[in-house]
Amino acid sequence: MDTQAILQVENLQKHFPIKGGLFSATGSKTVKAVDGVSFSLARGQTLGLVGESGCGKSTTGRMVARLMDPTGGRILIDGADIGQLGGRDLYNFRRKVQMIFQDPFASLNPRQTVGTAIAAPMLAQKINPAGGLKNRVKELLEQVGLKPEHYNRFPHEFSGGQRQRVGIARAISLNPSVIVCDEPVSALDVSVQAQVVNLLQEIQRDTGVAYIFIAHDLSVVRHISHEVAVMYLGKIVEQGPREELFRDPRHPYTRALLSAVPLPDPRAARQQQKIRLRGDLPSPANPPSGCVFRTRCPLFGTLGAEHQQRCISEIPRPASAAAPACHHAGLESAALAGVQ
Amino acid sequence: MTQLQPSPAGQPATRTAHPATGTAAFLEVRNLSVKFPTDDGLVSAVNGMDFSLERGQTLGIVGESGSGKSVTSQALMGLLKGTSARVTGQALFQGKDLVTLPESGMRQLRGRNIGMIFQDPLSALHPFYTVGHQIAEAYLVHNKASKKQARAAAVDMLGRVGIPSPEQRYDEYPHHFSGGMRQRAMIAMALICEPELLIADEPTTALDVTVQAQILDLMSELQEETNSALILITHDLGVVAEVCDSVLVMYGGQCVESGPVDEIFYDTRHPYTLGLLKSMPTLSSSSGRLNPIPGQPPSLLDLPKGCIFSARCEYAALAGDGVCAGQRPELVVEEGHGKRCHLSGPQIVTIRNTR
Repeated sequence: MDTQAILQVENLQKHFPIKGGLFSATGSKTVKAVDGVSFSLARGQTLGLVGESGCGKSTTGRMVARLMDPTGGRILIDGADIGQLGGRDLYNFRRKVQMIFQDPFASLNPRQTVGTAIAAPMLAQKINPAGGLKNRVKELLEQVGLKPEHYNRFPHEFSGGQRQRVGIARAISLNPSVIVCDEPVSALDVSVQAQVVNLLQEIQRDTGVAYIFIAHDLSVVRHISHEVAVMYLGKIVEQGPREELFRDPRHPYTRALLSAVPLPDPRAARQQQKIRLRGDLPSPANPPSGCVFRTRCPLFGTLGAEHQQRCISEIPRPASAAAPACHHAGLESAALAGVQ
Repeated sequence: MTQLQPSPAGQPATRTAHPATGTAAFLEVRNLSVKFPTDDGLVSAVNGMDFSLERGQTLGIVGESGSGKSVTSQALMGLLKGTSARVTGQALFQGKDLVTLPESGMRQLRGRNIGMIFQDPLSALHPFYTVGHQIAEAYLVHNKASKKQARAAAVDMLGRVGIPSPEQRYDEYPHHFSGGMRQRAMIAMALICEPELLIADEPTTALDVTVQAQILDLMSELQEETNSALILITHDLGVVAEVCDSVLVMYGGQCVESGPVDEIFYDTRHPYTLGLLKSMPTLSSSSGRLNPIPGQPPSLLDLPKGCIFSARCEYAALAGDGVCAGQRPELVVEEGHGKRCHLSGPQIVTIRNTR
């Protein structure tokens, strides 16, 4: 067991019951938004969580912050199961995990000054910083690259990038051990996005906070993460150290995802071998049997009947650092090179 | 406007071009400006855009939010008519000036000759009507056809944009469609009359990369089929690199650099374009610090007197004392590659190589 791990997630599940109409039989169907996800996160490290919309990455992040309760599995922070926490313990837990949200417009109260917004977590936790609350907030503003005189301004007076900085100041105000960043730079322009990514990295270097970095932009994830987990339809299909995963992606979905990223390099883009997925994500209410990716898998069509049967009937082992969640990952490099 | 720049051939069109020449480009935009009067003052959203486009070509317009790329496209589509916006300049589409054309004439062109794809298909599709009905409507407006024929055309188009079982899908509502399928339906609607010019405003921004790749492939295929001209508005330089023939980089409502796609990426001549390229993390780059462009874009209410980018430009000092802050540079076009910057060519090369 990794003693350095600040966060451990074991076989996490979130199944939403589908409510039928008044007369339909209810409770029989569920949407498996997150279905058996396991990973661990070391102190001061960043885990990138990527996948298409609807793959369950945000739901996973929300459960880690305990904004949602899982329907199965465990989340351990510092060795304590957060699902068991209640009362005073839960209250104390809130200090340890904070969140940064995607939309810097919706996540700040328009009628609250940014000073009040940043002070709110400390007030809620009854923390009295040395030198007073107001000074601490001003320190935080400076730490995230804003000015102390911004204290009395309202969110509408700030640009998107600046608001995201306010969100970051609020998240780090309690010195958390883990921050769940849910698409923190997706709404920002590239030049501003780079500023915020740099800021997040500086904060990590200075405070040793660990990030769960949820994003669909693979180049940003590659830049900021130490470990990366790729999710598809509620499951992690591949996970591993950043360099390995991007250099040698082994799951056909990871390959397709990487190949779909448009390269800001016209010559390379023209030469690149592209793997195109057909169709959309299947409905999580009615996922395919066996391997959930088989309906869109570029490898599946190249397999012989008995191999295909295995994909249809047998659920692949969950992804580990050693192997992706694919029956035929070994076959893949040869086969995929032949496809195209 | 002074006319300092040498008169070049090719795009973008320059102000020295004669409006009367008969050999006009398929689409030629000259000195297009859009201003919005507001309570706080006049917002200069677009400030003197010049470009031209031929059939079969794809022009990418790149820029950050507020750079005026969407407003440019709205002006071309005549969507600002009847609003408080003040549109000046010319936009000659097959000889017709889209800026002065009355709404009735614009209605003839819209859909028929110029199609538009919007960013958010959920708000661009009407939730009360079936997807097929909305596509067929565009066909009925511009063709003398029966409802049956319109339905057949719409079903055919749905099939061509890759929607499975189009006959059934015709009768479904937008909420039955996934994001990618809605965007396909929008494309079907825009293309049903086979317009010669297609304007796509961030057509894939709301989509996942895998679906984005499908949609971009589809748009390229359909463009090849119909030999239409495509204006692709995006903030994603990756998308531009994949599909565009030429690129126009916008900042503060102006074109700061324009030219063939390879030149923009490998022979970058404007500090802003360089900044954009350097600030992007890439799949191949090793990590380290990103190089953001410092500061914020200028307020369009009060544009600086000099170069619009000068306040954020790290190299403004190189051009000599106060030139960048004091004097607005002209768009100088050399062999089809335009830049709006006081720095000389050799200075830019040095900057490009040192960073």
